Amino acid sequence: MNIKSIIFDFFTQIRSIFITFKHMFDMRETRLYPENPIYLSPRYRGRVVLTKDPNGKDRCVACNLCSVVCPVSCISLQKSQDKYGRWFSKFFKINFSRCIFCGLCEEACPTSAIQLIPDFELSDFDRKNLLYKKKYLTISGTGKDHKYNFYDHCGVSIKKKYMYNIPINVKDLLP
Amino acid sequence: MTSINYNFINIIFCFFKTLFIVFIIVFCGAMLSFIERRVLALFQNRYGPNRVGWFGLLQIVADMIKMLFKEDWVPSFSKSFLFILAPIISFISLLLVMSIIPFTDQKFIINLNIGVLFFLIMSALSVYSILFAGWSSNNKYALLGSIRAIAQTLSYEVFLGLSLMGVVAQSHSFNLFDIVYSQKKIWNIFPQFFGFITFFIAGLALCHRHPFDQPESEQELADGYHIEYSGMKFGMFFIGQYISMIVIASMITVLFLGGWYGPYLPKFLWFFFKTFILILFFILLRASLPRPRYDQILYFGWIICLPITLLNLIFTAFLILLY
Repeated sequence: MNIKSIIFDFFTQIRSIFITFKHMFDMRETRLYPENPIYLSPRYRGRVVLTKDPNGKDRCVACNLCSVVCPVSCISLQKSQDKYGRWFSKFFKINFSRCIFCGLCEEACPTSAIQLIPDFELSDFDRKNLLYKKKYLTISGTGKDHKYNFYDHCGVSIKKKYMYNIPINVKDLLP
Repeated sequence: MTSINYNFINIIFCFFKTLFIVFIIVFCGAMLSFIERRVLALFQNRYGPNRVGWFGLLQIVADMIKMLFKEDWVPSFSKSFLFILAPIISFISLLLVMSIIPFTDQKFIINLNIGVLFFLIMSALSVYSILFAGWSSNNKYALLGSIRAIAQTLSYEVFLGLSLMGVVAQSHSFNLFDIVYSQKKIWNIFPQFFGFITFFIAGLALCHRHPFDQPESEQELADGYHIEYSGMKFGMFFIGQYISMIVIASMITVLFLGGWYGPYLPKFLWFFFKTFILILFFILLRASLPRPRYDQILYFGWIICLPITLLNLIFTAFLILLY
C-alpha cells in the first residue's frame, strides 16, 4: 500500500459518505400501506370469487376441473342437478388457509365462473373463518368476462325448455 | 453549626444535580436508539419506526416495556458472576466519563485536573465488559466477538492517547476546562486537524460504532459478545453503547470543537448543538461505510494512524518550542 493508494482510498470513503448524505433529500421508497391504499393491476391474483353470468345466474356447472387442477387441493365441491338437468354446485368451499393463489383454477374453468380478483386482505383471527363457503365466494357481478355466457357457445341439450335456447354452431371449433 | 448546615445543603444540592445530569444522559441514550433508527432510515430512503405515538416517539417506551418484561435468563453453562458483571461495566465505565465533561463553564459535575487521563482510564476499562461478556457466555460467537474486540483495542488504544497529546501540549494542561479556555480564539480542529481525524477514528472504534463494529457484527456473528444476554442486561449493553456514543461526541466537542464557545446562542445550546451534529455524523458513517476485517483495522491503526499521530505530535511540539 503506497501513499497514493492511501490518499485515493481516503477520498473514496469521503465520496461514499457524501453520496449517502445526498440521499437525505431523496424521496422515500416506503409505501405507507394502510393509509395509502396500494394499486394492484386487475389481473393480480388475490381472493378467489365465483361470478355470475350476464343473466344473473350462477356460472359454475360443478365440473370439478378446478378442484382437480388445484395443486394444494383447497377446493371442494359437489355436483347437483336442478329439475331441468342443469348442473350446479350443491356446495362449494375454498380453504384459503391452504390456497397459494396460483390461478390454475381460473385457467381451468371452462365457464369462467371462478376468478381471482386483486384483493389480498384476507387475514383473520380465527382459522375456521378462512374456509369460505359458496355464499361468501359468490359475487353479484360478472367479474372480468362481462359478456361471456357458456351456454351461448356450447353445452349439452337439456330435457325441457330452458332459457338458453340459442342453437349451438356445430361447425365452429371455438368454444 | 451553620457551616455544617451549609455543607449538608451543598452535598444534597450536588447529589441532585448529579442525579439529574445522569438521568438526562441515560434518557438521551435511550432516545438516541429511536433517533438513530429514524435518521438511518432517512439516509436509506425509508421511514423507520413511525407508528407508535407521534412520529414514532413512543417507540422507545414500547421497546422498554418489551425489554423489562423479558425473562432475565442467566445461562446455566455461563460463569454467572462475570456474566452479570459485564453489562454493568459496559454501562458504567463510559457514563462515569460524563462527570468530567464541562457542558458550560458553570454547568459541570466535577472539575478534575487529570480530565483527559480519567477519560483514557475509563476507555481502557470499557473493553473489559466485552472481554468478560464474551468469555463468560461460553458461546463460540460471543468468544469470537470478544477476540475481535481485543484485536481492535490493540489497534485503537495505540493512537487514542497520542492523538490527544497535541491538544494537551497546546493548552499545557490535562484539565478539560483549560483545554476549552485555550480554544477561545481558534478551535483545536484547525491547528490539530490530524489529531482530530485520528481521535475521531479511535473514538468510533472505542464505542464500537460502524465501521468498527466487528465485535458485534450482526451479519456474521449474530450480535457477537451479547448473544447470550436477554432482558435488561441486553438493554444495558444497548443503552451503554449509545451513552458511549454521546460521551465520545461530547469529548470531541470539548477537545476539538471549542466546547461551549460560539456566537449569539447560549453556551449550553452550543455544546448540545455540536454534540448532536457529531452524533448525526456517526449515524451517517454507519449508513455509508462497509465494515473492514479486524486484521485490516490492526494494519490501519499501526501503519497509518500511528505515524500520523506521531508526526502531528512532533510538529506541534516543534511549533510550541519555536514560539
